[in-house]
Amino acid sequence: MSKHTELGLSEEEVLEMYRIMLTARRVDERMWLLNRAGKIPFVVSCQGQEVQQVAASFALNREKDYSAPYYRDVGVVLALGMSIKELMLQAFAKAEDPNSGGRQMPGHFGSRKLRMLTGSSPVTTQVPHAVGIGLACQMNNDDAIAFVTLGEGSSNQGDFHEGANFAAVHKLPVIIMVENNQYAISVALNEQVACEKISDRAIGYGMHGETVDGNDPFAVYKAVKQAADRAREGTGPSLIEAVSYRLTPHSSDDDDRTYRSEQEVKQAKENDGLISFREYLIAHNILTEENEREMEQTIKSLIDEATDYADAAPYASPDTLLDGVYQ
Amino acid sequence: MPVVSYIEAIKTAMEEEMERDERVFILGEDVGKRGGVFRATEGLYERFGAKRVIDTPLAESAIAGVGIGAAMYGMIPIAEMQFADFILPAVNQIISEAAKIRYRSNNDWTCPITIRAPYGGGVHGALYHSQSIEAIFANQPGLKIVMPSSPRDAKGLLKAAIRDPDPVLYFEHKKAYRLLKEEIDNNEEVIEIGKANLLQEGADITVITYGLCVHYAKEAAKELAAEQGIEVNLLDLRTIYPLDQEAIINAVNKTGKVLLITEDNKEGSIISEVSAIIGEHCLFELDAPIKRLAGPNVPAMPYAPTLEKAFMVNQDQIKQAMLDLALF
Repeated sequence: MSKHTELGLSEEEVLEMYRIMLTARRVDERMWLLNRAGKIPFVVSCQGQEVQQVAASFALNREKDYSAPYYRDVGVVLALGMSIKELMLQAFAKAEDPNSGGRQMPGHFGSRKLRMLTGSSPVTTQVPHAVGIGLACQMNNDDAIAFVTLGEGSSNQGDFHEGANFAAVHKLPVIIMVENNQYAISVALNEQVACEKISDRAIGYGMHGETVDGNDPFAVYKAVKQAADRAREGTGPSLIEAVSYRLTPHSSDDDDRTYRSEQEVKQAKENDGLISFREYLIAHNILTEENEREMEQTIKSLIDEATDYADAAPYASPDTLLDGVYQ
Repeated sequence: MPVVSYIEAIKTAMEEEMERDERVFILGEDVGKRGGVFRATEGLYERFGAKRVIDTPLAESAIAGVGIGAAMYGMIPIAEMQFADFILPAVNQIISEAAKIRYRSNNDWTCPITIRAPYGGGVHGALYHSQSIEAIFANQPGLKIVMPSSPRDAKGLLKAAIRDPDPVLYFEHKKAYRLLKEEIDNNEEVIEIGKANLLQEGADITVITYGLCVHYAKEAAKELAAEQGIEVNLLDLRTIYPLDQEAIINAVNKTGKVLLITEDNKEGSIISEVSAIIGEHCLFELDAPIKRLAGPNVPAMPYAPTLEKAFMVNQDQIKQAMLDLALF
């Protein structure tokens, strides 16, 4: 039995997962081009993390669960229903951007319609929010769960600890997924934490903890699916650590050559989960030369269209500056 | 009409709102079985159960942050900080998150949370159980801050805070809990946030203050009226952020002499902003320099009774300041 069928995933589902991962990568690549061309001021990248982001999202109930994504989660937000056009609108900071109407920097996702909590820049404040969603779900006998992501560096924040502990004490339906990409801007993992795995911290909270290969969509899907099942059954939260590598600098304003070797990055690119997943799909005849070409073309034309649309779309009028402070 | 203390008024407001709307719930340290260290939630755990009166782990940022998350879901949390002094670990959640959720999401998400915190000194609380911490939050658009001065206001403002669609900080003076008592109608009064309250009209001087200092100012004014025939125009700010500018301007213009009082340190306090509003709008109506009475600029209130007494703004000082201003 193949890995995907073992997990109950159909060929259509895994192909759809791949399409969204590829879309996230292509959208991100386009944003870098737009940034370097002077069209958009800032990019913060998902590259290297698309596989875990999309695989985890597919393990949720995308019709009813809540999410609190962090700034690299292009793959998560695409999988949960945000469109390429909407992503471009936020990159261009245009009025029609559903995340913030151009008020926030790119990567600050949020959509009430998608039950995606609005995020900020101080890292990890979203963990207690997701726990609050879990608490509300529990109080209302709502079988939705809350899925929250963050980077490994952010797992040092007090809010991570306070939120995780609260969720565990009250056995709340929450999945905390740490996307360990090895770097907190320039500071490598071994200078961020002394524990072997971020998931080791789960023991201290009395919750399930697990580290998986973030480049392996099946391992991530399985871990998050089981965590979702536990959450819905009322056995409480889980801490999932998905390990991958940040393939780009921290952001368009960073230069990663100042703190890591090109050799290291080159090697990580060879282990890119997108490559191995593609190979898997080809080996199982799910991805063919023909549908891959078609997929790439479709994505490219959607990105072209979205870019043109967002570029031409109006900015918020200065008259709206004072709107939305209070009701 | 029943006589109700300040703390009973707070409890009753929460009880009535929880009864009225099942989305309302309380979370905080010791709010459940213990009924709060000051007994502000006494009996609510028994009445509404552990799911609506939640004893949380000892972690203020989570109390605020989890409340914020639940508010985004559509619940109406009342988060209790055991002492206002301990709100500091939650400041990031309050200022970076609660205050900005509506604005940053372009009106998509909202955060209807109330955060209660007992503030103020004169209770042998020393540095970390006595502070007035409101000024930290009073330049954060998106937040509202109310500070009731009486049992009636405590009830009506808390009901308004709970019903407000935006985050409200509610600072209650812990010395007022059992000191202040008054008859309150068993009614459903909801006091509008954003409006100051002209407590008494007078032609000689204007006094503007809030919280427990209102009580001292009222008593001092009574004495001055009886002893010297000085009539005080007394404005209770009620909402200290955003300030009711119109009421401040009107109150100052009526007498041309104004005394501003806070228990907080003087520098950068609420009355600093009130003073700036007066400077901007009332300069040509003033017959005396703006007078401010406040705590001294030391980090916080010491424990020893001599030092605590020396820190606290008291009724005698207020009376003297009023008299000086009237005679100016």
